[in-house]
Amino acid sequence: MILLSLNPLALLRAMPGACAQGLIWGIMALGVYITFRLLDFPDLTVDGTLATGGAVAVMLIRAGVNPWVSLIVSFAVGMLAGMITGLLHTGLGIPGILSSILTQISLYSINLNIMGKSNQAINVDQYKLVVSLRYISGDALTKFKFYGGVTLGCLILVMIMYCYFGTEQGQAIRATGCNMSMAKAQGINTNFHTVLALMISNGLVGLCGGLYAQYQGAADVNMGRGAIVIGLAAVIIGEVLFGKFCVRRKSAFAFTMISVILGAVLYYIVIAFVLWLKMPSDDMKLFSAIVVAIFLSIPYLKNKYGKKGVARQ
Amino acid sequence: MSNGAKTYALELRDIHKTFNPGTINEKTALDGLNLQLEDGDFVTIIGGNGAGKSTALNAIAGVWPVDRGSIIIGDTDVTSLPEHKRAKFLGRVFQDPMTGTAATMSIEENMALAARRGKRRTLKWGVTKEEKERYMGMLKTLDLGLEDRLTSKVGLLSGGQRQAVTLLMASLQKPNLLLLDEHTAALDPKTAAKVLALSDKIIEENHLTAMMVTHNMKDAIIHGNRLIMMHEGRIIYDVRGEEKKSLHVSDLLSKFEEVSGGEFANDRMILS
Repeated sequence: MILLSLNPLALLRAMPGACAQGLIWGIMALGVYITFRLLDFPDLTVDGTLATGGAVAVMLIRAGVNPWVSLIVSFAVGMLAGMITGLLHTGLGIPGILSSILTQISLYSINLNIMGKSNQAINVDQYKLVVSLRYISGDALTKFKFYGGVTLGCLILVMIMYCYFGTEQGQAIRATGCNMSMAKAQGINTNFHTVLALMISNGLVGLCGGLYAQYQGAADVNMGRGAIVIGLAAVIIGEVLFGKFCVRRKSAFAFTMISVILGAVLYYIVIAFVLWLKMPSDDMKLFSAIVVAIFLSIPYLKNKYGKKGVARQ
Repeated sequence: MSNGAKTYALELRDIHKTFNPGTINEKTALDGLNLQLEDGDFVTIIGGNGAGKSTALNAIAGVWPVDRGSIIIGDTDVTSLPEHKRAKFLGRVFQDPMTGTAATMSIEENMALAARRGKRRTLKWGVTKEEKERYMGMLKTLDLGLEDRLTSKVGLLSGGQRQAVTLLMASLQKPNLLLLDEHTAALDPKTAAKVLALSDKIIEENHLTAMMVTHNMKDAIIHGNRLIMMHEGRIIYDVRGEEKKSLHVSDLLSKFEEVSGGEFANDRMILS
């Protein structure tokens, strides 16, 4: 009976928005992938950084700055936030997760100061925004330009990251995250590379914040709350669904990053789906957290109960 | 050196290190360690558990700062240098095969990381074509079939293969000093013998100065030109050359008993 009351067309109408949001948040998920997977650093700064990126972009655009330029500043400000977390950790010896929480909390105040109040809007009619919700309900050309542009942007980012993590510096970051003893034994300054990775990661998150604020036409001091969970969900969904497809390929790393972005898109499609099933939107964060908890625990449970023969050895 | 004093490949002067000072777990690990290595020395280090063998290597590598004393490699005093800056001088292979390599990175990437030991990490491509060829040639000499697996993740290799690769990595940039910290202890006897032979070969071919900690007294006698026995953070026995060659395991055992009142020769040593 309940199913009959659902309108399939409504679900269909929700899809373009879900895909757009997913692509934009995919950039954020790339940032989370760098810290969570490559660096093995639980970075909660991102919840603050996302809003900072948004706040900076919106305030700059309101002040007449070109929306594209505002994105560059969002990226730079994100890097700064990542640097502070990194320095708290490497320079002052504060445990990683705690350093990131400290930065995140201080960013809340900073974001309020940037915006002067808890949210600020920008009207797409007034400014030539890079992305906007309006574009997905526009004419065919606008739609094409929007989706094509966002997809292309994501692919370019993946390409840049692929190249970067193939350089000496990028490999040093990966070695730092994979095996710190080995990295130090090979003369890698692990502190420096930890800070660097946090900067790149938060730069991407700041960029995502700037884009997302333009997309929804406003920045809000709470827009990043729980962002880390969405980022993790994207990373894990991407890995679980496309992991097998990615390994043993020549450019496995590039495919992994694309699958992380697709993970973000799928996350928003699932969200659109459960919202369509009339789940109250207040429960969304609980739902997301449960989904992420389940996916995160799968590898552990598999190890513990899966291969008994290996465990006995 | 301005005062004209002789320089050594490695000189340890009165090294002290106490862990957890002032607590119930206080442990004096190095207690006035003095050592001078000539260029080309290959020293094997033996001693009971807690004698300070691995601690000595970690002190040289700079894993933590020492409490007192100085560490001089060639004509550079490295005592105050952090671990990653000392890496320029050192090649290291660890007891745990997992420690020496990055499991999620490919063989060629691991080797490329090692080839840039002590150099700045730039935005240049991490592994060049010429390097790949060079690595392939080097891996071929291992005779482990790794030359066709340059892009395989190191995590897929066996412990012995990983140690062999780590040894190659340690010699890619000729180190002033090669530190082998019980690097065959985690391997089965056959593999251990292979890795030891490879160590000998690499040390000889590259004319390296090396220190090898081992629990196996026979290995300690056979390999290297000098043997050191440690006890309670100090060197208590130091032989070289012909005298070392003529040693027997029983000589070492009685030496152990002499310094420790019998309890020293634990099961592991008798078995070896």
